[in-house]
Amino acid sequence: MNDVSTLTAKDFATDQEVRWCPGCGDYAVLKAVQRVMPEIGARPEKTVFVSGIGCSSRFPYYMNTYGFHTIHGRAPAVATGVKLANPELDVWIITGDGDALSIGGNHTMHILRRNLDCQILLFNNEIYGLTKGQYSPTSRVGTRSPSTPYGSVDRPASPCAFALGSGARFVARGIDVSKQLAEVLKAARAHRGAAFVEIFQNCIVYNDDVFAPFTAREFAAEKQLWLQAGQPMLFAGGTKGLTLDREALALAVVDVVDGDWEAAGVIVHNPANRSVAHMLVEMPFGAFPMALGVIYDDPRPTFEAAVLEQNREASAGKAADLQALVARGQSWEVTKEPRPV
Amino acid sequence: MATASHLLTPEEAQAEAPLESVVVRFAGDSGDGMQLTGGQFTLSTALAGNDLATFPDFPAEIRAPQGTTFGVSAFQINFGSSAIETAGDEPDVLIAMNPAALKTNVGALKPGGLIIVDEGEFGARNLAKAGYESNPLEDDSLAKWQVIRLNISQLTLDAVKPFGLGNKEALRCKNMWTLGLALWMFDRNRAPIEKWLKDKFAKVPALAEANIAALNAGHAYGETAEIGGQLHQHHIDAAPAEPGLYRTVTGAEAVSIGLVAGAQLAGLPMFFGGYPITPASAILHHLSRLKEYGVTTFQAEDEIAAIASAIGASFAGSLGVTSSSGPGIALKTEAIGLAIMAELPLVIVNSQRGGPSTGLPTKTEQSDLYQAVYGRNADAPMPVIAARSPADAFDCAIEACRIAVQYMTPVMLLTDGYIANAAEPWKVPDMASYAPFPAVFHSEPPAEGEEVRPYARDEKLSRVWIRPGTPGLMHRIGGIEKNQVTGHIDYSPENHQAMTDLRAMKVLGVADSVPEQDVTLGEPGGKLAVVGWGSTFGPIHQAVRRARRRGLDVSHIHVRHIWPLPRRLGELLKSYERIIVPEMNRGQFKTVLRDQFLVDARPVNKVSGHPFKIAEIEAAIEDALK
Repeated sequence: MNDVSTLTAKDFATDQEVRWCPGCGDYAVLKAVQRVMPEIGARPEKTVFVSGIGCSSRFPYYMNTYGFHTIHGRAPAVATGVKLANPELDVWIITGDGDALSIGGNHTMHILRRNLDCQILLFNNEIYGLTKGQYSPTSRVGTRSPSTPYGSVDRPASPCAFALGSGARFVARGIDVSKQLAEVLKAARAHRGAAFVEIFQNCIVYNDDVFAPFTAREFAAEKQLWLQAGQPMLFAGGTKGLTLDREALALAVVDVVDGDWEAAGVIVHNPANRSVAHMLVEMPFGAFPMALGVIYDDPRPTFEAAVLEQNREASAGKAADLQALVARGQSWEVTKEPRPV
Repeated sequence: MATASHLLTPEEAQAEAPLESVVVRFAGDSGDGMQLTGGQFTLSTALAGNDLATFPDFPAEIRAPQGTTFGVSAFQINFGSSAIETAGDEPDVLIAMNPAALKTNVGALKPGGLIIVDEGEFGARNLAKAGYESNPLEDDSLAKWQVIRLNISQLTLDAVKPFGLGNKEALRCKNMWTLGLALWMFDRNRAPIEKWLKDKFAKVPALAEANIAALNAGHAYGETAEIGGQLHQHHIDAAPAEPGLYRTVTGAEAVSIGLVAGAQLAGLPMFFGGYPITPASAILHHLSRLKEYGVTTFQAEDEIAAIASAIGASFAGSLGVTSSSGPGIALKTEAIGLAIMAELPLVIVNSQRGGPSTGLPTKTEQSDLYQAVYGRNADAPMPVIAARSPADAFDCAIEACRIAVQYMTPVMLLTDGYIANAAEPWKVPDMASYAPFPAVFHSEPPAEGEEVRPYARDEKLSRVWIRPGTPGLMHRIGGIEKNQVTGHIDYSPENHQAMTDLRAMKVLGVADSVPEQDVTLGEPGGKLAVVGWGSTFGPIHQAVRRARRRGLDVSHIHVRHIWPLPRRLGELLKSYERIIVPEMNRGQFKTVLRDQFLVDARPVNKVSGHPFKIAEIEAAIEDALK
């Protein structure tokens, strides 16, 4: 067996032929995850990838770890059982916008509320790819698809706002092909508790370039705000930043002259500030850049630790005596031989 | 030997079998504490050594409007000095705490039976709420029964006066007064109940004292009152029983401790994922208090998460267990398919209730048999077993664990609302007499250049179980069809055919590990077989016994393993001229028997929310022999 220190990305890849469409953003995410694994000291046998249903949910087959490709929307529930049964396992959940926010919305809410120690990677491509292109719960109003030929009319869900609203203690965003994705994944793994990562993933077949307004090379600088703990919230090459409009109690974009962000009132990113996190994930894109990186990170005790602790406390000093268990309660002794009926 | 013969009607006094059992029904408002009264009376009955069976029958509403007929909660107990297998066809004694309780229950009472009513509750308002136009205590509508009118409300208020309770709290002690009287009637020891009250109200000693005073007052009333010779004390001998230690057990308790025992016999920690649903919640409640037995309980966000988490736990090397009732099982169905496909051990307990949809949440039915055997998309075979009584549920739970672990498969254990809530005496088993069936985890990494084979099978066709965390055996499983050799995704036609056949053969092979079907009572072959499954055991057994005593050629066959069916069952069935199948549904097991054996099994059906009466099955036997 390989020593952990000598493992490489290759050790985390299976020999299975990857069956995503050529050019799919999933390839980039898979590469990033495989690359990060050795860097975070992951051990293949201690790692479990659990997925639901959808294009992204094929992910476990390509990771040379333990893996469970479950049913639509239920990966968080399966993962909860895995982690409670063996808290030593490092559990990763791979899901999509339809899997996590439509059919599985309930489980996503509850795994975040409970704060199970795991990483949840939500591949958001704003479309149902595997079923051939229907609009999804994150599709923007007006999305034309086989099921919405005249455009969708319902308002989309915001994955990160949903996560925060559900009580998530770690919320981050990344882009499939972005170099920074690896750092986001590492931060998610370092966080003890449910770490929610929304990954903007391009579906080249059914929703190509849907994120181009901020992912395309020509817009990246202007429209991507990469958050760094302790650093001012700057973008557009440091010429713009976010400030707090104290009257409106809302974020606002300000120009930064000669790099003097303090003078412009640009705020410094504190990932433990929940109120600001809410504002960052709700910023309307267009007038504002897309907030990326670790938006919120403020750990709390985890669910499985609390369950374990309670199991331990409730069991303390008690023996698992099966004979005593079956004889529990008020009992009586019959001593006479049975009389004939 | 003393009997309850003074309760006999003239017709019954002439019947050949001596009556050695009494059926008592307590009925009152859902706030009157009838279930508690019944439960404590059951305990005292068990401690007196009688055999017994109970039937708690309560409304779905937690607190229905007071005094209404739909808010009536009843508890029936049948106890005696011989074997008791049902809660009794017709009560000998009805204790009615208000007009609504009288109205909804008196029809079931034996002609000549005894009614004890709290006349303090028979005011104009309560009579109107129950829909009585005139007071039944004052007209002749109760003429065929003996009626004892006691102002239990007032007698209770007098008894608890020294404790300074408010009127409402004082009246809450009515049920203990009534219990005291019932204890006197059947010559029972009050001490265990006094102890129970002291424990229950440990934090409010005044309430404990008041309740004990009410209990004692009811008892003293029986001793001293002279009411026209109607109220007698009688003693029923202890039932013959094998020597040993006994306790009472409800089906929900028996399932819970059976699951714990099953997990221990398999050498596995148990993970229980549940979601509240009547009448299955009691299992979640019991298990959540047994953490020292290696039980982790998880109240999930819904039925689907409950089973999905259990499947996740099984994947990780625990014994996953989930439990529900029909509507919840419906929600779990897709996940059951996953467990079948992934071939993971899992126990699913279904405490059946009246349906479809929400149906009759607190009433019993056996109508989920199709759901258990057939109710999934695709060819999705799964073993199904059914418990026949509260005590039998213990062994059935162990059996479900055994099959799940030895065959790497989900197993459904069927009980029902009657079994879940009813209690019976249980001879405490000697756990050393149960053969362990230790789970085996595959831990040998493949040779250099070889692949991990998660779908490698043993001679039983059971696949290997590899616990995540095991070095060198990383693998992926899931709901997609897998290659029968490598375990990789494989949609090819020949592979799907082979895997579908393998899954079916594996489950059919479970019959190899199950005893051949026997004749529960009677002879192999003859004129008539009465075939039953689940909680119809009691009434069928008694009815067949009575019919055989009358010389009728009839046998009882009771089936525990519903799928796959036990060996020899088909051969046995074909040795009778006629077959009837009493079930609390429209004929579901009958369909399975016809399909599997091409026999002319005839249905005898009842779906009233109540168990069969012995007399109903006797009538069906007579009908079938015409």
